[in-house]
Amino acid sequence: MKKIMLGNEAFAQGAYEAGVGFISSYPGTPSTEISEYAAGFDEIDVQWAPNEKVALESAVGASVAGMRSMSCMKHVGLNVAADPLFTSSYIGVNAGLVVIVADDPGCYSSQNEQDSRYYAMAAGIPMLEPSDSTEARDFVIRAFELSEKYDTPVIIRSNTRLGHSRGLVEAGTRKEVPLFEYKKEMAKRVMMPAMAVNAHKVLEKRINTIKEDSSSFDINRIEYADRKIGIITSGVAYQYVKEAVPDASVLKLGMVYPLPEKLIREFASSVEKLYIVEELEPIIENAVKAMGIGAVGKEILTIQGEYSTNLLKKAFGTGKVEFTGSGDIPQRPPIMCPGCPHRGVYYVLSKNRYTVTGDIGCYTLGALAPLSSVDTCLCMGASISMAGGMEKARGKEFARKLVAVIGDSTFLHSGMTGLLNLVYNGSTATVMILDNSTTGMTGHQDNPATGKDAKGNPAPAVDLETLVRAIGVKRVRTVDPFDLEGMEKAVKEETAKEELSVIISRHPCALIDRTRKNKYASSEKCRNCGMCMKLGCPAITRTEKGVVIDQSMCQGCGLCSKVCPFGAIGEVER
Amino acid sequence: MKTDILIAGVGGQGTLLASVLLGDIAITEGKEVKLSEVHGMAQRGGSVVTHVRISDGPIASPVIDNGQADILLSFEMLEALRSLPFLKKDGMIFVNEQKIMPMPVITGARSYPEDIRERLEQGTKNIKYIDAASLAREAGNMRTINTVMLGALSGSMDTPVDTWLKAIEKCVKPAFVDVNKKAFMLGRNI
Repeated sequence: MKKIMLGNEAFAQGAYEAGVGFISSYPGTPSTEISEYAAGFDEIDVQWAPNEKVALESAVGASVAGMRSMSCMKHVGLNVAADPLFTSSYIGVNAGLVVIVADDPGCYSSQNEQDSRYYAMAAGIPMLEPSDSTEARDFVIRAFELSEKYDTPVIIRSNTRLGHSRGLVEAGTRKEVPLFEYKKEMAKRVMMPAMAVNAHKVLEKRINTIKEDSSSFDINRIEYADRKIGIITSGVAYQYVKEAVPDASVLKLGMVYPLPEKLIREFASSVEKLYIVEELEPIIENAVKAMGIGAVGKEILTIQGEYSTNLLKKAFGTGKVEFTGSGDIPQRPPIMCPGCPHRGVYYVLSKNRYTVTGDIGCYTLGALAPLSSVDTCLCMGASISMAGGMEKARGKEFARKLVAVIGDSTFLHSGMTGLLNLVYNGSTATVMILDNSTTGMTGHQDNPATGKDAKGNPAPAVDLETLVRAIGVKRVRTVDPFDLEGMEKAVKEETAKEELSVIISRHPCALIDRTRKNKYASSEKCRNCGMCMKLGCPAITRTEKGVVIDQSMCQGCGLCSKVCPFGAIGEVER
Repeated sequence: MKTDILIAGVGGQGTLLASVLLGDIAITEGKEVKLSEVHGMAQRGGSVVTHVRISDGPIASPVIDNGQADILLSFEMLEALRSLPFLKKDGMIFVNEQKIMPMPVITGARSYPEDIRERLEQGTKNIKYIDAASLAREAGNMRTINTVMLGALSGSMDTPVDTWLKAIEKCVKPAFVDVNKKAFMLGRNI
């Protein structure tokens, strides 16, 4: 039966049909929903791991033990999982192992635009790239076949557009795959130098075999049309090619590493002029040119951002586009939600002009006006480590105004080791863990501190205070961020102290907090001083007569009434 | 026959549900459909667009490009203007008259454009302005602006009203089905 499915849902469907027994992932847009949808299948054991490295290692373990396994992450997540990835290709698999990695051309929800295909090349792992929901399902099933046939992990490369587009998918039934036999195989799985040297030879041979075979894989296919123009493309870019240059001959690559050299040569010699259309880096292009084949790629196309039909029409001169522009209009950047518990924290940090090393999550939005609090955002966990480095560079005095801010899920992901480093190497900085009891930005996934697992079942909840103390931090206190006075007092005291401290700012995310609160409204006492405007709450706007609080948006957090010097904002019965 | 509908709004207004509903209707009618949407950071109160492409034949790109949309369905005035480039010449706009201030306006760095209607009318003369906020309030839930707007849009499509209502039953959480049906009908009957 045909069903409309999100690309990420189709990946999960593919995993279900392929008989996958175990998935371990860490949430990351645009990959999160793969594991969420998979968690809906009783037959698949799905878990959120604390980070991508742990996730992939868990999946490798399950594969070695004989179960078809998968690990899903965003492109920068694969950086975290790179360590196990690079050696997983040395040990190969027992039951199939598939990694789905989602790139983000255009940086819709990411800190960079890196191209994951380099990982496939660097680690010697075959990589498939589907172009729509149908192929998302199909390629997962295919990836497991390839994984077991060639004794290798297989990476599937997705991206934002694929993962977050919906299309029709012919859903099938599950093929149960019994556990593969587990045997101890020291030479294959214990990567000490002597074994690794040999495994590297095996890896090289394997990749050459796959390269040879891939010219006859049906996922690499030629669609001949007008032979004046031939285009080699893959993934979502293929869809843009079909719309923008419908008459061209196309070599659609379903496998982007290793590349099918024979097939590429055949296609190149059958067309008059060869083009390469690939989003991000010129990887196919460089490989084709290295084969001594003349081709045009990034000469007419960009390595930046997402491609589109119009972009290709322009590059190929195949159509003029007419539209009316918007003119110069104000941007609408994302903002912290009304009632967001992070707002109180940033209000205090902004008011006291702290240097703030930030991290990855909703709370990165504290960088934007009017809170404008965050100085840096590098990668998961970097807030804490960078604060340590800043203090090394500028001294203890500087650390009296230095705060690292990190979310609960991010802290458990990779902040713990940074904190251990601060303890060990004598930092006196202040670390704030913004514990909103969820993984917010990616859509409210559970984590080891929430008390629930990926399937919603009860799970042990790590106690952050105990954890932080166990790491060696002596000064630990917990504050509710809506207690503005208490928060300001805590931050001032802890930063002033020449000793490492951790403040846990604890209040559930406004989007999961179900307690009904009275809303707030301004009164005639408002003198339009603008103090409440410094909160950057989207529910509050300023008019000539004073501020107005949008009652449909107000969540009743009451921060505005606390910062109002004239008592002009009060609770109203809801 | 091909219909490209671009849905624009502010994160949290329910553009996603609107596109999923349209997708469901397309399938019920035996059409091909592709949708594209935004998750993650942009959902937090920022500008969001979702793309709905419906066709009798196969669809390649899941995305509507500039100058392609037959219909622009916008849940907010400024967002209609922002998405105007998507609209093809003489395309149709359905726009909720509501104005939601973006942060640069709230902070005073920018002002909310006063001439949105005039600027939209440079793109097309086919514009329907809908007071969706009032109708959603009348329906009993301010979060039904999206279904009010779908109701308004439905008047211009051949799809029978039953198909729409069934799609609402299927795609909306059970507790909110009735209020959404009411909102839909209020939008449809303007």
